[in-house]
Amino acid sequence: MSRLALRQFRTSAWTAVVGLALVAAAVVATRPHFVTAARRACGADPDCPAITGLALDNAAARTAAGLVVILAPALIGAFWGAPLVAREFEAGTHQLVWTQSIGRTRWLAGKLAVAGTATVVASASLSALVTWWAAPLDHGAGYATFDQRDIVPIGYALFAFALGLAAGLVTRRTLPAMALTLAGLLAARIAVTEWIRPLIAAPRVVTTPLDPDNTGYGWGGNILLGVGESTLQPRTPDLPDAWIQSVRVVDAAGASLTDQTLRATCPTLETGGHGPAGPAPEAVRQQLHDCVARIGEQHHVVVTYQPGDRYWTFQWWELAVFLLGAGLLVGYACYRLRRGTS
Amino acid sequence: MTRDCDRAVTGGGVDIGGMILETEALAKRYRRRWALRDCTLAVPEGAIVGLVGPNGAGKTTLLQLIVGLLPPSDGAVRVLGGTPDAAMRSGRVGFVAQDTPTYAGLTVADHLSLGGWLNAKRWDAAGARQRVERLGLPPGQRAGRLSGGQRAQLALTLALSKHPDLLVLDEPVASLDPLARRAFLDETVAAATATGTAVVLSTHLVADLAHICTHVVVLAGGRVRLAAPIDVSPVELERVVLDELGRGVVA
Repeated sequence: MSRLALRQFRTSAWTAVVGLALVAAAVVATRPHFVTAARRACGADPDCPAITGLALDNAAARTAAGLVVILAPALIGAFWGAPLVAREFEAGTHQLVWTQSIGRTRWLAGKLAVAGTATVVASASLSALVTWWAAPLDHGAGYATFDQRDIVPIGYALFAFALGLAAGLVTRRTLPAMALTLAGLLAARIAVTEWIRPLIAAPRVVTTPLDPDNTGYGWGGNILLGVGESTLQPRTPDLPDAWIQSVRVVDAAGASLTDQTLRATCPTLETGGHGPAGPAPEAVRQQLHDCVARIGEQHHVVVTYQPGDRYWTFQWWELAVFLLGAGLLVGYACYRLRRGTS
Repeated sequence: MTRDCDRAVTGGGVDIGGMILETEALAKRYRRRWALRDCTLAVPEGAIVGLVGPNGAGKTTLLQLIVGLLPPSDGAVRVLGGTPDAAMRSGRVGFVAQDTPTYAGLTVADHLSLGGWLNAKRWDAAGARQRVERLGLPPGQRAGRLSGGQRAQLALTLALSKHPDLLVLDEPVASLDPLARRAFLDETVAAATATGTAVVLSTHLVADLAHICTHVVVLAGGRVRLAAPIDVSPVELERVVLDELGRGVVA
């Protein structure tokens, strides 16, 4: 049975081989420059501060490489997973294969064996290539490139593939299945990042006094997930490789600093958004300094973070979560396929 | 061929042993619409059954129920004495779906290999090759570039090379010109009678049936209007069938 699947997968396989070959060529062509530059700047010490400069100089290439790793699962889901069964429905060929001596489950198993193996091999090779390519630049990156390196891209790819398969079985049309796959993958990635990852390990907590010299005022956040109100912004403490989850200003009882308290203590504080761009005038800075000092008498900073040595714990858990998702989707696909028979 | 639904023609107590295919009060509903209702039929060995009816009469639904592509909503189908699923797995049923689907990107030779992979136990590789050669299908040609008639022949070759005991064909000649239509049907029936294979084929043209079928089933509005052996002249048959269909429209 796998022979039919192999024969049908030939074009897809060649596309993947060509794509990986291009990435490999780019990696082999550009990596020696980083290695030489890193050695020239830092000698034998891989963690010297000059590395940061080197990483910044190559930020565009690094972002592009990361984007390739992030997008690959989406492409695999949309172009390998979604058409796997949907194309058969569209061409009517499911009526041909499902009426032979081979059962539907074995037919699907053959397809999954071929396309699933290709998914693992392609995503693992791509991630390995990019991880190796970026290694000279990644010192100190910590969790910043978490979803673009090492083993998690394999989980994303298999999940996207299984999602495409299930969507194709439900919609029976390739294009809607592709759209569902992309939307579903995005939703799953956000959901796992926001809600599942925090459950994996309780964050560590450090408490520091509020430092008037290193605290600003403004808002921060993520355009996709919403930005917070303007408030005091203490400087993030120096925790190498850590994933900082939250930085909060709290009082002795542990309650967050409220806007009310802030305004009562510092009536002159800018309401924000009205001043011209650029460095604030000296008078404004002095006002803020005094304000933070007054607030600091009653408040301190609580930082929650995941230390850098948990990186691999998170990698394995993230992989496991997406593999579980992929398994459930494949199980659903099998169930749906069998329910169709008498 | 017997029918014992609403207006039974022949007795219901049929000899199960001699029946290739039986349906009992078979019904299929899509959401709220009944595509097929109360369908009771029995097809004996070696019969060549023509299933006629207008578009949307339920012909495709009935055939897909027989080959297990659809689960019934009610009633039962027995194919070769077992479930459709078991019958298909045994390789003793050949099916050609409507519009004779094939893999556009695979060649004729690929399709023959495919038949072998999918039916390891019953595949007659030499016979399939000879048939394709005799019909003049170029082995290296992709199925997507074959003519409608050639594609129908390729699909039929896949179904026949299992040496099935039952051959189910859903409007196999719909896309063919009248000459190719006649040739295809004659050829199919010749192949089937040579091996004693029973055939159930659907068409919306009564003229197709008269000279090749031993039995006729008229389907309209999801119900069996007539199920009988053909023992009349083609002209008479056409009149009888149209009579039945006309009654269906009025009722």
